[in-house]
Amino acid sequence: MAILRGRGYAAVNYPTGMNLGGDPTQALVHATTTGNFVVSLSSVDLGQGLKTVAAQVAAETLGLPYENIIVDTADTDTGPHCMGTFASRGTHRVGNAVIMAAQEAREAMLEAAAEELEVDAADLETDGTGFIKLKGSEEKKIHVVDLALAAHFKLGRTIAGRGIFLKERSYPEPETGKMDPDSAQAHACTVAEVTVDDETGVVEVLHMYNVYEVGRAINPAMARQQIEGGAWMGVSHALYETTEPYYPVREHGPRDFEEYLMPGPADNAQMTSEIIEFPAANGPYGAKGIGEMTANAPIPAIANAIYDACGVRLTEMPFTPESILRGLDELRARA
Amino acid sequence: MPSSVIEITVNGSEEEFIAKPGTTLLSALRDTLGLTAAKRGCGVGTCGTCTCHVDGEAVMSCLVPVETINGSDVKTLEGTTPPEGLSPLQQSFLDNFATQCGFCTPGMIMAAEALLAQNPSPTREDVVTAISGNVCRCTGYESIIEAILAVGK
Amino acid sequence: MSAPTTEAGGFDVVGKPVQRLDAMGHVTGRTQYFEDYNPAGMLHLKMHRSERHHANLVEVDTSEAEKVKGVVKVLTYKDVPKNWYTILTLINVGYPEEVVLAEKKVLWMGEPIVAVVATSERAALEGAAAVKVTYEDLEPIFDVEEAIKPDAFPLKPHGTNYFEYEGHHCRRVRLGDVEQGFAEADHIFEFKYQSRPIEQAPTETTGCIVEPQHNGRLKIYSDTQACFFTLDNTALILDVPFGKLQVVGGTVGGGFGGKVDVTVEPISCIAAMQTGKPVKYVYDRYEEMQISSPRAAERIYIKDGVMNDGRIIARQCTLYADAGAYSRHSPYAATKAAAHMPGPYTIPNVHIDSWCVYTNRTPSSAMRGFGVTIGDFALETQMDRIARELDMDPLALRLINAYRDGDMKAHHKVAEGTALIEVIQKAADLVGHELPGELRALSSREGR
Repeated sequence: MAILRGRGYAAVNYPTGMNLGGDPTQALVHATTTGNFVVSLSSVDLGQGLKTVAAQVAAETLGLPYENIIVDTADTDTGPHCMGTFASRGTHRVGNAVIMAAQEAREAMLEAAAEELEVDAADLETDGTGFIKLKGSEEKKIHVVDLALAAHFKLGRTIAGRGIFLKERSYPEPETGKMDPDSAQAHACTVAEVTVDDETGVVEVLHMYNVYEVGRAINPAMARQQIEGGAWMGVSHALYETTEPYYPVREHGPRDFEEYLMPGPADNAQMTSEIIEFPAANGPYGAKGIGEMTANAPIPAIANAIYDACGVRLTEMPFTPESILRGLDELRARA
Repeated sequence: MPSSVIEITVNGSEEEFIAKPGTTLLSALRDTLGLTAAKRGCGVGTCGTCTCHVDGEAVMSCLVPVETINGSDVKTLEGTTPPEGLSPLQQSFLDNFATQCGFCTPGMIMAAEALLAQNPSPTREDVVTAISGNVCRCTGYESIIEAILAVGK
Repeated sequence: MSAPTTEAGGFDVVGKPVQRLDAMGHVTGRTQYFEDYNPAGMLHLKMHRSERHHANLVEVDTSEAEKVKGVVKVLTYKDVPKNWYTILTLINVGYPEEVVLAEKKVLWMGEPIVAVVATSERAALEGAAAVKVTYEDLEPIFDVEEAIKPDAFPLKPHGTNYFEYEGHHCRRVRLGDVEQGFAEADHIFEFKYQSRPIEQAPTETTGCIVEPQHNGRLKIYSDTQACFFTLDNTALILDVPFGKLQVVGGTVGGGFGGKVDVTVEPISCIAAMQTGKPVKYVYDRYEEMQISSPRAAERIYIKDGVMNDGRIIARQCTLYADAGAYSRHSPYAATKAAAHMPGPYTIPNVHIDSWCVYTNRTPSSAMRGFGVTIGDFALETQMDRIARELDMDPLALRLINAYRDGDMKAHHKVAEGTALIEVIQKAADLVGHELPGELRALSSREGR
C-alpha cells in the first residue's frame, strides 16, 4: 500500500458574456452638489466585487479619486436596466456602460470647469486627486467640490452622463450553428499535483498552479479571489460534490452542509497563481470576464493527475474514493 | 408550554423579552432585538454563519434555545466592532481580502475572536480547527486563515 | 501572487488592488442582505411539495391546513393568474411549459403544489405539512437517453422530452466533414463522460420579502442575480402592469447561478396582494440543496480522429444536459455548450449535437460555468487520454492544436484575442515542465 503522487494538466477558454437575446446593461453617473459621483445601476453584486469594479472604472474615466465614487445598486426604480449577473458578463457589460456614462459626465465636468476658469475645455485635464486644471499650469485649477457647488448653484449646469453597452442578439443558424454568442474569450491553464492513497482511495490535492489570461485585471486582488476561490470550488466539484450521489437514482440526496460534501479549511491545496494580460479590444480597459471559469480547469487537471498517480482513468464526476478503489481493482484484475 | 421571560446581556446591554418555547438565540437576536449581523445560512447547525459568543464560547446560535441560556452574556459581531474604526481582526480581514459575498464573514470573525481570546498565538492548525464549522463558498478559506493568523502574536 | 504581466498600463485606479467597496460592511456585519429587513406584521410562506417523482394529482385537500392556528391563506394554482410560464419568454426562447403551482400533475419530487401563508414560520410549516395530496403514480424517467427514445412517454403537453431548436432535436454545430476526417485519421478515440447534479450552495439561501406599498405597488426585496429578470417574469405571472413592481437587491450572499431562476417572488407577491401584508418566502437549507435548481448532470460522448503527429482532424461531440422537469435556463446553456465545443482547439471537421433533455428530477439551471464546466472536464480528460495513447507530452498535444488569432472556430466565428498558447507556456514555466524550442516559440498572434 502506498501514497502515489501525480501531476495533471488542463487548459481552457471561457466566453465573456453570452448573447441571450440582445444583452444590454445601462449606467447613469451624476455629480452630487459636493463633488461625489454616484454611479446608478440595477446590477447585482454576488460577492464577486461588481460594485468595486464599477467604482474603479468610474474613477479612472472621470479622472477622480476612487473615494469620490458612490455606487448605488440595485433598485429597479432608480437604477437603469441590467440583464443581470451571470455569464461572466458583469465586469464587461457594466464596466463598458459605466465608462460611457462617466465619459459623458467628464465632458460635462470639464465644460463647467472651463466656464468657471474662463478657459477652453479642451485645455483642461484631471490630476487624479480631485483637481481639474489647465494643462501645463499649476495655478489655474479648481477642485471638484468647488466645481460641483458652482455648477449647481451658480452655473446651472448638470454634471451627468448616460451609458449603455449592448451586445446585439445573434440568431444561431439552425443547420450549421453559425453564431456570434460572446464578446471575448479568457484563458486558463491549471496544473494540479495530487496524491492518491491506494489503500483508501483518498485523493489529496497538494498544489494548484493557476495561470489566467483575463484581458485586464481591473483589480488584481479581486481577480486573485476569483482564481483561488474558484480553484477551491473546482477541487470540491472534482472530489466531493453532488446533490444526487446515486444518479440517476434520486435517493440519498444531501440536505445540509453535513451531508453535502465539500473540502474544509484543513484540506487546502497550496496555490500559485499568475495573471497574464492581453487587453480585449471591446473590454472595459481591456477586461474580459473571469468569474465563472475558475472552477473549470481544476476538474480535468485533477482527473489527469489521479491517472498520472495511479493509472485510474475517471470519467464520472465526482471522483470518489470508491470510484478510485474500483478502478484500482480493475487494473489489478487486468494485470 | 408557556412563553418565557428571557433576561440576557447582549453586547453589554441588559435585554428583557418574552420568547415562545423553542425560540432560538439566532431568532431572538435577529427578529426580537434587531441584531442582524448573525446570519441564518442553514438553521440546522451546519454552516456557522450564525456564530455568536455565549459566555465567551463560540456557539451556533441557531441551535441554542434562548430559554436555556437565561442570564448569560451574549456577544455578537455588533458588539465586537469598536464605535470608530475596526478591531484588529476586522482590519486583517480587509487587508487580506478575506471577504467576498460577506455572508459567512460575521460567523467567521466570531469564531476567530473566540479562538484568539483563549489562544492569542494560534497555529495554522488551531485556526483551521476553530473555523472548521464555518462554511465559506467563495474564498477557498486561505485568505481567511491568513487574516486570522496575521492577528495572532 | 506577482503583479500581472501586461502589455500596457499607466492607470490611476484600474489595475490597482484597491479595497473592496463592500468589505467594511462585511466585516462589521452592517451589510444589509434582503433577509435583514424585518417589516412589522410580516407573514411567512412555506410550500407543500410533491412527494412523488411523476404522478397525477387525484385530490388536493387543504382543509386541515386552513385550520392550523396562525394560517391566514392557502394558495393553489387557481390563485395564480398566469400559472404557466417559462423564464426565457422575455427573449423569445421557449414557450410556457412550467407551472408556478402544480395543477393536475407533478413532474418532480419537490414540485410546489400548495403555498401556505401564516403569521409565523412554524405555523406556515405546520400548515404546509397538513395539506393532503392523493397521487396516481406514473412511471418516472430518470435517464436522458431513455427520455429521448421515440417511444418514451412525453412528460409535458408540448410532446417532446427535449427542447426543439428551430426544427432540430438539439443545437447543432457543423464544420467541415467529420466522417471524412475520421476516414483520414490515423487514430480514432471515442469515450464517454458523465457528471451528476451539483448544488450552487451559496451560504445565503434563495428568498424574498414582498411588501405592499402605500401607492398600491409591491416592493420586492430579493437576492435575485437579475433584478429585471425577476421583475418582468413576476409581472407576467401576476398579469399586472410592470410598473406595479419594484425590485430591490444587489447585495447577495453568493449566487453561483443559483439565484437566476424566478421561483420565490411570484407566489410571494400573490400572497402579499391577497393579504395586504408583507410576506417572506425564503428557502431553508434542504430546499436550497434539493429544490433549487442545480447544475445539470451531463452525459458527453467525444469521438476524435487524430493523426500520428497529434493533430486532431475531426471531433464529434454529443452532449445531453439533464434539464430535469422544466426548461429554466437550460435551452440557453445547450446552445452555449454547442458554441464552446470542440474546446480551444482548431479542428477542421467538427460535428456537435447538444441536447437539452427533460426528465423527472429537480429542474436544473444556471451555475458558474453554465454549459461549459462539465464539457471542459470531458474535453481536457480526452486530451490527456489522446496524449497518453500517442505517448506525447500532454502540453505539446494542446499547443499544436491550440487555436490562434484568425482561426475559424467550429461555430463559424473568427477567433481573436486568443491566448491559450501563452497560458500553457506560462504554466509550463511555473512547474518546470520543459517545452521544446518550436513550441516555446509559438504565439497566438501568428497564424498557422
